[in-house]
Amino acid sequence: MTAFATGDAAVTPLARRRLDRDDVLMRLGICLLIAWLCIAMALPLWALLSKSFQNQNGEFIGLANYIRYFSTPALFISVWNSVMIAVVSTAFVLPLAFVYAYALTRSCMRWKGLFQALALIPILAPSLLPAISLIYLFGNQGFLKELLFGGQIYGAGGIILAQVFYCFPHALIILVAALSMADARLYEAASALGASKMRVFFTVTLPGAKYGVISAGFVIFTLVITDFGIAKVIGGRFNVLATDIYKQVIGQQNFEMGAVVGFILLIPAVIAFTADRIIQRRQVALLSARAVPLEPKPVPRRDWAMFAFCAAVGGLIFGILAVSAWASVITRWPYNLTLTLNNYAFGDFDTDGWGAYWNSLSLAIWTAVLGTGIVFVGAYLLEKTRGFALGRALAQLLAIMPMAVPGLVLGLAYIFFFNAPWNPLGFIYGTLAIMVVNSMTHFYTVCHLTAATALKQMDPEFEAVSASLKVSLLRTLVRVTVPVCLPSILDISIYLFVNAMTTVSAVIFLYSTNTKLAAVTIVNMDESGFTAAAAAMAMTIVFTSTAVKIAHVLLTRRLERTTQAWRRR
Amino acid sequence: MTETKLASGTTDPYLKIERLSKLFGTFTALKDISLEIFPREFVCFLGPSGCGKTTLLRAIAGLDVQTSGRIFQGGKEISALPSSHRDFGIVFQSYALFPNLNVSANIGYGLVSRGMPRVEIETRVNDLLRLVGLPDSGRKYPAQLSGGQQQRVAVARALALSPGMLLLDEPLSALDARVRAHLRIEIRRLHQRLGITTIMVTHDQEEALTMADRIVVMNQGAIEQVGTPTEVYRKPASAFVADFVGTTNFLPGVVAGPGHVRFGDINLACELDIHFGPGSDVTVAIRPEDVVVRNIGPATPNAFSARVAEIEFLGSFCRVGLAVNGGDPSLVADFSINAVRDLAIAEGKVMPVALPPDRLRVFPRQTLTP
Ligand SMILES: Nc1ncnc2c1ncn2[C@@H]1O[C@H](COP(=O)(O)OP(=O)(O)O)[C@@H](O)[C@H]1O
Ligand SMILES: [Mg+2]
Repeated sequence: MTAFATGDAAVTPLARRRLDRDDVLMRLGICLLIAWLCIAMALPLWALLSKSFQNQNGEFIGLANYIRYFSTPALFISVWNSVMIAVVSTAFVLPLAFVYAYALTRSCMRWKGLFQALALIPILAPSLLPAISLIYLFGNQGFLKELLFGGQIYGAGGIILAQVFYCFPHALIILVAALSMADARLYEAASALGASKMRVFFTVTLPGAKYGVISAGFVIFTLVITDFGIAKVIGGRFNVLATDIYKQVIGQQNFEMGAVVGFILLIPAVIAFTADRIIQRRQVALLSARAVPLEPKPVPRRDWAMFAFCAAVGGLIFGILAVSAWASVITRWPYNLTLTLNNYAFGDFDTDGWGAYWNSLSLAIWTAVLGTGIVFVGAYLLEKTRGFALGRALAQLLAIMPMAVPGLVLGLAYIFFFNAPWNPLGFIYGTLAIMVVNSMTHFYTVCHLTAATALKQMDPEFEAVSASLKVSLLRTLVRVTVPVCLPSILDISIYLFVNAMTTVSAVIFLYSTNTKLAAVTIVNMDESGFTAAAAAMAMTIVFTSTAVKIAHVLLTRRLERTTQAWRRR
Repeated sequence: MTETKLASGTTDPYLKIERLSKLFGTFTALKDISLEIFPREFVCFLGPSGCGKTTLLRAIAGLDVQTSGRIFQGGKEISALPSSHRDFGIVFQSYALFPNLNVSANIGYGLVSRGMPRVEIETRVNDLLRLVGLPDSGRKYPAQLSGGQQQRVAVARALALSPGMLLLDEPLSALDARVRAHLRIEIRRLHQRLGITTIMVTHDQEEALTMADRIVVMNQGAIEQVGTPTEVYRKPASAFVADFVGTTNFLPGVVAGPGHVRFGDINLACELDIHFGPGSDVTVAIRPEDVVVRNIGPATPNAFSARVAEIEFLGSFCRVGLAVNGGDPSLVADFSINAVRDLAIAEGKVMPVALPPDRLRVFPRQTLTP
């Protein structure tokens, strides 16, 4: 480069910076991340897609499977059923969660902390739990069965009720975040202009929370359409896409048709995901740096109305949980109501007994530990690598994609990919490891976004300062970046733990006889008629994730205390 | 380019920038920059916000690579070296102090990974703390310090490895006026004591004028002028510099002949470049304090009568708006309180003033703020 330029001032060479060790390491890291996400997601999905174009002998048959799917009304009806269930559930959850979130953020009602905690309980439970509770309440022997006037809880109605319970906190979290971002000055301006309360709500509050509402809508739609557990337990003969996949693969061993349904299930999830991302991109920062946070003022009548609403909704949520808790400790519903712990002797109902629970626990721990490490380092590489635009863009795309892939589809894709005879990674098939990989991947995106947000809040010049001080980035990562981001890192690991503990759909295809999981035994015990034991297992999961969540809260508080010397501004 | 007073007598530049350009996509942030900085010099990059000062500084540091052009430091080409292989200490506008490390750990951050023994590190950190005037703050966290103190810690950290060059990006702009004035002197003193070649980026002309050995005035990605503060102030190389540094009158004129410009009815004698042909449109610039009002006789060049249109009392002097050529006030002059009193200058008074030829600068006429 210098050779031809010397002595010729007119020729200015194009400059390229040589790479130092950190640059090389970072680029290598990004390549590894890409390879990892390809193996854990892209290639399995490819395997699923190609399987849907093959017959049982593995020969390419074009669209024949799809044609058969769409010309069989018994199969095709599920598309309509799934979409209907998802739309109706969303329509129920959104207004409920909006009012609840409004009460938490904009009113002065009492016991906000309690209501907030109450509403978040469903996150700590497997989706099967509300379904089991509803069966106890309204099932064939349910004690509120008369309220249905001869109707059935098994079917669309039951699914929707259970989904409302299960999705409520997911919507609430997004809406609370959207509603807490408010600029008091807008409200003062509106009331100074003499706008009525109603008008202020429709011209200031609602537009401000618009993107949150849209986002919550898409999240719920996707959750419902991809959930397997609820439809399995309470769906009865009402077929949806998620249960169809299961029936094709497990019931009829028709993997090709399973792949077709899996691919079809992928479509609404991808559409919802893409639409959400496009809309969110339009959102500009609503809060300028000078915004004045809105402090709600007491309005007794409104506050009491809000209190009543939250008490009703929170009470229902608590009630659903309480039904399962109670069902898990009575001898034989509805004939013998004496209290007992026999339902927790899981060995009497399922060959694996408590073994499944311990499997779940180790799955959750491994997922939390390894997943947090991979997610955080991956996000760090994406945020802090300089240059290497193409590699970073590819890794970024791969990191966002898992959110659009339903757990059930990813699990099925893993069967095709890791069980293929040519795959050298086949040895992890049937082990706990494949479920760890699956869980880490399935929950990757939310964690990645959390980590990226935390990293974006750090001073972008830390890395430049390190370079000028001749300190390796690895050292700065360990000494500065990780300690500063520790609260977010804890959040990520708890999220992974709780989700790995409660998920059914991500792992239902991947467990083997030695690696059965707690959430899966709930499905099995319910199938075999041991509903009380199923409730007991669901409660065991709730207790575990609640304990971990409480530990997390305490740890975060402690961390805040010990680090407040440097965190307070 | 212009004669310079150097801190040392050497003529070999310590830092040499050759035809540097930087593009962000299609946007040209730096255009063909060439510059020499000498050992022990204190140089300020001065220009309006967005003119490319930070970009140039980051290219020197190797943080943003130039698109083309070369950089030499201490006689060695560093154009392609990564930052970690270059020899500089840097202070960012945000200071970028590590929030979870106390002041001592921040300052000693680079020393620890050099494998320096702990006792030596402690001694060095304490020396640096004393150097920047914070001897007792080692155990505090950055969040517990004031902005000015944080800035000193950042300087100490940048100096810890005894780099060959200190780069400061708007180090004072986040501070309030009083602290800023104080730290100006501190930084200047530190530089004199250590003799380290220093580049400071600023958009504040007063800061540049008071602190720099030489000022590099930049505009829209290009260098407008390089010179000592006096040169830049007295002999601005362009209308932009004259306007950006200090206050200047811009008088529209037309070249009347060699050494002469017509400004309305007034004929001004001035030093005129040959390339201004007769009849070309020019702008004549003069500082308000250069307008003469005393001792004007028949032989005084460029004397004419003006009417005092407005007077603004500014403490130690008065700023006077003068109407010439019988029109609106078009010339601003600063007169000492003495002169105002002695000559009984008051609104409406008509009196002779003069524009000394050696104080006039003539630039090609541009559409520029008058
Ligand atoms: N990373 C970047 N990408 C695109 N444009 C940039 C980037 N960094 C700076 N610029 C542009 O280059 C110009 C010079 O920026 P900068 O050097 O930061 O100016 P300043 O003189 O205020 O320090 C600005 O117009 C800025 O918008
Ligand atoms: Mg700048």
